[in-house]
Amino acid sequence: MPVRINVTGEVVTAYLSGEIDHHSAREMRECIDSAVELNMPTLLVLDFSEVSFMDSSGIGLVMGRYRNLQKSGADLHITGAPPNIHKVMKLAGLEKLAKL
Amino acid sequence: MSITNKFNMNLLSRSSNEGFARSVVAAFAAQLDPTIEEISDIKTAVSEAVTNCIVHAYKDGIGKIYITCEIIDGNKIRIKIRDNGCGIENVEKAMEPLFTTVGGERAGLGFAVMQSFTDGITVKSKVGKGTTVTMVKRIIPKFTVNA
Repeated sequence: MPVRINVTGEVVTAYLSGEIDHHSAREMRECIDSAVELNMPTLLVLDFSEVSFMDSSGIGLVMGRYRNLQKSGADLHITGAPPNIHKVMKLAGLEKLAKL
Repeated sequence: MSITNKFNMNLLSRSSNEGFARSVVAAFAAQLDPTIEEISDIKTAVSEAVTNCIVHAYKDGIGKIYITCEIIDGNKIRIKIRDNGCGIENVEKAMEPLFTTVGGERAGLGFAVMQSFTDGITVKSKVGKGTTVTMVKRIIPKFTVNA
């Protein structure tokens, strides 16, 4: 499973793993959205520690979750991004949307 | 310009082939002894180009994606990714960051990533005929110290 979910109080943490591209992003998106819908968190943490590759499909994944969270006023944090993933995030300016 | 090695392949525009395409190109580039960062840059740029073929060029069906890789001038890899899809009406506009013609969650950053992660990109396209993206990545030579 490319996403493992942990719920602690009002915080949902999604541990992503493997490669994030256009092919894999859809399943990840559905898994995260289900957890958010079910738990209505005040904070969603996306943990990229175990992600080995990501292209701009991963940026779409993060931006989409950010847009959804805005409706409920919840925050988004991104943690554990390895250098190659961080490089793509920085290019996309994700630090303006979420705490990296 | 000298070409010292080359491969060609073609594959169907199925999203399950994205990982395969970038891995093959990265494996070919490995003969230049790239750093982890250089390999990651190549994989990311190829993934973007192949995804563009799948999402944009062949948005109404399945077509063929043609990939040619060459080692040139001893320390560069030239990657050509071609499709026979719908083509791009305005290449300049398509290359603007955040521009996308499809909905969903596409970030519109494909060409921006390709530009940023390689040392040169050219895009040739004809509406109704297809698109060819050519990228060049220079691999910085490593120096060895003899004892």
